[in-house]
Amino acid sequence: MQFTLNGRAVDVDAHPMRRLLDVLREDCALTGTKEGCGEGECGACTVLVDGQGVVSCLVPFAQVEGRDVRTIEGADAQALQRAFMDHVGAQCGICTPGMIMAAMSLGPDPTRRQMQEALAGNLCRCTGYEAIFRAISAAKRASRKTPLSVEVTT
Amino acid sequence: MRSAVSTLELRRPRSVREALTMLRDDGPLVPLAGATDLYVALNFGTLTGTRFIDLWPLEPLRRIEMHGEVLSLGALVTYTGLTRSRLVKQRLPMLVDAARLVGGIQIQNRGTIGGNIANGSPAGDTLPVFAAAEATVVARSASTERRIPFVDFYSGYRTSVLQPDELIVAVEVPAVSGQQWFRKVGTRAAQAISKVVIAAVRADSPRVALGSVGPVVVRARKAEQALATGQGIDAAVTALEAEIQPIDDVRSTAEYRRVVAGNLLRQFWMQTAE
Repeated sequence: MQFTLNGRAVDVDAHPMRRLLDVLREDCALTGTKEGCGEGECGACTVLVDGQGVVSCLVPFAQVEGRDVRTIEGADAQALQRAFMDHVGAQCGICTPGMIMAAMSLGPDPTRRQMQEALAGNLCRCTGYEAIFRAISAAKRASRKTPLSVEVTT
Repeated sequence: MRSAVSTLELRRPRSVREALTMLRDDGPLVPLAGATDLYVALNFGTLTGTRFIDLWPLEPLRRIEMHGEVLSLGALVTYTGLTRSRLVKQRLPMLVDAARLVGGIQIQNRGTIGGNIANGSPAGDTLPVFAAAEATVVARSASTERRIPFVDFYSGYRTSVLQPDELIVAVEVPAVSGQQWFRKVGTRAAQAISKVVIAAVRADSPRVALGSVGPVVVRARKAEQALATGQGIDAAVTALEAEIQPIDDVRSTAEYRRVVAGNLLRQFWMQTAE
């Protein structure tokens, strides 16, 4: 079955009822997407399909035929990833790929309320969320500046 | 995951017509759309069906449009689709309020109104809205199409009058006059299954519908009657308590639900007072 995976056209032979999560991890060797609860509650397995966040444990593989699938490996989320490290937004780390994928839907200057709504479907048992919100705010702030800019001190 | 998928079969029609033909000639098939309920059962190992039909690619079922004064919502409209629709915001704001509180964003991007209705959970968040709005379910088979008043759709706990060869293709909502009100009470703002959910309309003939207080969504006719005839809110709450049958379960107790249902009716009546 053909679809686009992290920007590349791929053809993967898998049962149409398999979970997208399993096809990504087992057939495509993309293990950045994590399984948490396996019932759509925790958001750890969040990926983007046609730009929309979905929990890949609840997506039948057949339904991504012809679609654009993006995982943490191809998310182009360096600013978020760095900010999660700098602000300790990740502790045990299993929720982190899903948190970052969910945060990608936020605009450049999200309010706290917008962050809470965007991440309402992503559970974290370590951080208490505060560090995650700090990381996202910092990343969005950083990406509002020109990428690769060099700070010049006079 | 606790279910093997190798024994499951998925039929993949390319049109609504082909889907209806498959249901007639090759059934029984379980309709599959956003999978936010079915794949939870699959992951739990409690999925009962083995043969499925994938409706997700059928774009004509995603339309939101006006037919005269009637708002027609395709069965595959997602909760995100509802919250983004100018028409739904204008005509049926209580449905937007309900859609915003279903799951997290990831579930809102996938869950559909047709699925919420067909799944038939008494806690389905859009169901009191459709009951209070006096909506109609459009059910189509290969040979016929019929319109079922939403309040007549369920025949019991998670059972409906839908035939195995029929698909829900749309929900039709007539113009609702009066102030719309929706509230869901759960353990947290997102990702919570309702303990009590209510949709109501403040008009000369008020309408009140509740979920999670009985085996099917309840249209509270006696409470409505009390409000319409000026008997006052206390009488309406007493009437409501007699027409709901809440139970104890993992999410709450019957007693809590009974109290909260009455409180919600009071809050609706206070907040929508002129």
